[in-house]
This record gives sequence, structure tokens and C-alpha cells, in this order.
Amino acid sequence: MENESTRAVTVVGEKAAKRLRRRRSAVSKLGLRHWQLWLLILPGLVYLVLFCYLPMYGVIVAFENYSPILGVFGSPWVGWTNFRSLFNSYWFEIMLVNTLELSLYSLPVNTIFPIVLAFLINEVRHSWFKKSVQTISYAPYFVSVIVTVGMCYTFTDAGYGVVNKLFGLFGVEAKDWMYEPAAFNFIYILSGLWQGCGWWAIIYVAALSSVDPALHEAATIDGAGRFKRIWHINLPAILPTAIILFIMAMGGIMNVGFEKAFLMQNSSNLVASEIIATYAYKVSIAATGYKNYGFGAAVGLFNSVINIVLLLAANFGAKLLGKESLW
Amino acid sequence: MEREEVLRLLHKKPKVAKADRVFEAVVYTVLAVWTLVTIYPLIYVLSCSISSPEDVYMGRVFLFPASFDLSSYAKVLGADMIWTGYANTILYVVVGTLISCALTLPAGYVLSRRDFRPRGVLMGIFLFTMYFSGGTIPTYLVVRSLGLINNMFGFILPGAMSVWNVIVVRTYMSTSIAWEIQEAAKVDGAGDFRLFLVIVLPLSMPIVAVMVLFYAVGYWNSYFNALLYLSDQSKWPLQMVLREVLIRSDSSIAGGGGGSLIDQAYMAEAIKYTTIVVSTLPILFIYPFLQRYFIKGVMIGSVKG
Repeated sequence: MENESTRAVTVVGEKAAKRLRRRRSAVSKLGLRHWQLWLLILPGLVYLVLFCYLPMYGVIVAFENYSPILGVFGSPWVGWTNFRSLFNSYWFEIMLVNTLELSLYSLPVNTIFPIVLAFLINEVRHSWFKKSVQTISYAPYFVSVIVTVGMCYTFTDAGYGVVNKLFGLFGVEAKDWMYEPAAFNFIYILSGLWQGCGWWAIIYVAALSSVDPALHEAATIDGAGRFKRIWHINLPAILPTAIILFIMAMGGIMNVGFEKAFLMQNSSNLVASEIIATYAYKVSIAATGYKNYGFGAAVGLFNSVINIVLLLAANFGAKLLGKESLW
Repeated sequence: MEREEVLRLLHKKPKVAKADRVFEAVVYTVLAVWTLVTIYPLIYVLSCSISSPEDVYMGRVFLFPASFDLSSYAKVLGADMIWTGYANTILYVVVGTLISCALTLPAGYVLSRRDFRPRGVLMGIFLFTMYFSGGTIPTYLVVRSLGLINNMFGFILPGAMSVWNVIVVRTYMSTSIAWEIQEAAKVDGAGDFRLFLVIVLPLSMPIVAVMVLFYAVGYWNSYFNALLYLSDQSKWPLQMVLREVLIRSDSSIAGGGGGSLIDQAYMAEAIKYTTIVVSTLPILFIYPFLQRYFIKGVMIGSVKG
């Protein structure tokens, strides 16, 4: 009797203890004792839900014939129709090629030039010269994209543009270059380089300045010349940074500056300047008649999917090479 | 004899090899040219803005001002469009930067707390948005259904928090502030709010400065949200006004004042350069004094983890 009751008590006690333990571990797993931390991160989470995850969920309108009155839930489901009309569209091939071209040209340019600039800056011994070069070279980063494109328009004007005046010295015929499809990629990349090169070089300059000077001294004693030292010491020092930035850029390949391409676009250069993102915007939000949101969302989703695939591929490639990777 | 030779060698200046001198000359020259090419467009714009509209239109300016004439400044500074844009931009920059910091700093702090177990999952939730997004149209539909069209917050809120910046803050707080300080404060009975506001935030002022600058410059230069969500011209920030003047060649600023048609055509081009100067000079003047903060931000951001 007595034994039984004590056993019952022990069993009950053990059960209670187990429950307590479970609850405690749940509390610590969710960090509920840190309710103040939850409160601190709450605004950030609400932001992500509203402006990142809700739009991700809203991607389902890509499979709908979206109507603003019926809303995301009420609009008729059309399956892959929007995608089919995208792939069959006359513009599809043109803008896919334009997007890829723009990215594939600017990616190496925007990787190599900042590295070269950083190497050159790293060789400078007079600090006043170094400082002025750096300060001036990233000034354009603070110029807005609207002003940059505006400058492109005025500089290349056939009438008074300074570019045409300079070209005139070499006997080149004056043209409105911003209206020439053939010049679009070149202007886009060159102006981008002007804006970003000095800025992107900052990271590499920092990576180079962290190289131990003893390495250079030792190499010099061993008879290595400047180029040998740059090749065998400086280049490996910046390689991890360069690879990470390259992978990140691959992930953004299809996001290639909508904001700038849109501003540089005009009716004359459309064959070169129409990229996927600008097309999505024009058929939906900016459309004057029927705003085909479903189709626009499908175009955008196509963009995002290619981005992810390229990012994963670049990361996988970097891993295969046994170098840095994102994860 | 031998001793003298050794002494001579010891006192001789280290000789710079001829190849090295050539190399240095090349480096300095390339950098000088690079720098000049970079700054040339800015100087050119400045020169055009203070030359007479006729000289600008005729293409007589190459580097230095062809004449001295501030009539285009009179036009631009007399235009309501520009002032409204300026006022809106300043309002958006101030409110937007406050909101952005209020979102970014606490989030970065929480993600830096190593004793907060859900940290890993939360980190995943944040990072995922860096690699995948719904796209412009679904975002537009969400913003519209929130009733933010033609509202200041329609310009500010989408994009108010950059996950990249959250990571930068997190990295700074977990690497530059000794964890022991927070632990000691915890032992003394400080709650998480106090830890953040009284201990960590005051120690994080350098990164707060970086965030304020990044966000402020971002808001100052952005136009895309205004294009999408602000159709009411009276709410346009400066950049949207610039788009009208520079890219869509809206010459309403140049008109009026009773000049001849030719004068007005000259003026229509000259004001482009002047609006660029008026809108960009403030930032270009300020940034050299703040550049070390920008550089710090870029460098922390590039540290993996």
C-alpha cells in the first residue's frame, strides 16, 4: 500500500518534472525569457513580412489573371498562361539577350577595374597623392543615377554635347549617342564604371593594406621583382574578397540596374535598352490601358528564378575550385 | 682599404633601381590621368553652369567657363519646382533615416546576441530576403493595398531596412564590443532593453554614424519608389524634379521672364547644368569630411559572417 502510493507519487512527480523540463527547454529555445529582445526585433520582422515575404507570397498573381477588384485571392487562376505568353512574346528573346549582355559585360569590367585601381593606389608612397586620388575617385558614387544619366544625355547631344565636340576633332560625325542602340551598352557600362570604380576599390585597398609588409621584404630578399610580388602576394590577398563579391554580383545579374536602364531608355534605343525588368514595369504598373499585373509578375518571377540559379551555380563553381564560397 | 669599402657601402643611400623608377612613374601617371578623367565631368558641369547660356548652347565650354553669367542660377533658384523638391527631399531624408535606423539598429543588436537561441532561425529569415524577392509588381500591389500610394511613407517604407546594413550592424556589435561587458551588466540585473540602450548603443556610435550616412545618401539619391508610388507632383522629391528637367527636358523653368525664343532655347540647356550643380553640390561638399565613416561601413560589410 504504502509502497504503491509512494510509487504513484514518484511517477506523478517524474511526469511533472518532465513536463517542467520540456517547458523550460521550449522557453529557452524560443528565447521567451528574452521577451525584450523579441520586442526589439519585432519592427524588423514586421517590415520583412510586409515588404519582403508578403510580396513573395504575392508572386502567385503570376499564375492569375489578376484583377484589382477581385484581389490576390479572388482572381481567376490561369496556371502557366502568363509565362507562355512571355516566352512567345516578340520581345522575349530581345530583352533576355539585352539583360544577359548588359550583365555579362559589366560583371568583368566592374570586377577588374576596381582591382587594378586598388593595386595602383597601393603602390603609391606619397600619402597626399594617395588621399587625393581616393577622395576624387569615389566622389561620383555620391552623384545620383538621375544626374548621371542626365549628364550622359547632355554630354552626347549632337548639337552642343562636349563628347561630340571632342569626337569632332577626330573627324567623327556628331550624333545623339543616347539614341543609338549600338552605343547603349557602352554608355551604360562606362558611366557605371565612372560612378562605382573608386567606391568598389575601397574594399580591395583595405584588403591590400592588411598584407604583412614582412612578406614583401622576404620576397624582395629572395629576389622577387615588383610584378612577381604583386602576382604572388597581393593577388592572393584580395582573391577571397573578389570571389565573394563576384558571386554576389552573379546573384544580381538579372537585376541589372533597372533604375538606370529605365532612365537611359528612349524610343530609339529600345532594341538595346529593353531589359526584362523594364518590360515588366511597362506592361503592368506603367501601362496606360489595361494593367496586366499577372503578366508583369510572371516576368519578374522569371527574373528572380534565373538570379537564384546563377547564384547557386556561381557558388557551386567557387566551391569546386576549393576557394571561398558564400555557404 | 677593405674597411673603407664597407663603410662606403654602408653610408650609400639605397639605390632605387631604374626599373622601379620607371614603374613608379607609370603608376603615378596612370593614376593622375584616371583622376582627371573622373573629375572632368564634374568640373565641366560646374563650368557650364556659370557660363552664359549662349556659350553652353553653342558648345564653347570645354573645361573652364567660357564666360561668367549667373542668369541660369537666377532661373533655377527662382523655380518653385526646385524648392518644393528640396523641401520634400529633406523631409523624406530626415524621417526616412530615423525610421531606417529604428528598424536596423535593434534588429542588428538582437542578431548579435549570442545567448539568444532563436538567433540562427531569425538570421535565416533575414538572409533569405537578400537572395530572393517577390519582384516589383507584387511589392507594388502590397504597398497599394496598404494605402501608401501618394503618401510620404510609400516613398520611405519599401526599402526602409536593408538586410545588408543589419548584417553590418550585427558584425560590428558582435566583434567590436566585448561580450563580457554585457555579461557583467546582466549580472548586475540589467534587462535587454537596458543592455541595448545604455551599454551597447553608446559604444556603437561609429556604426550608427555609418548607418545614418548610408541611409541618408540613399534616400537623397533614390527616385524609384517616388516613380512607383508618388504620382502627385507636389510630393515629388528633388530627384523626380531632376528627372523632368534633365531627362524629359521639361523646360518650364527656362520659360517666362520675357526673353526671346532663342534665349529661352539657350536657357533650356543651361539650366540642366545648373540644376545638377544645385542638387549635387551639397553632397559632394559634405562627403570628403565624412568619408572615413563611409569607408568604415564598406569595410565592415565586406567581412564575411
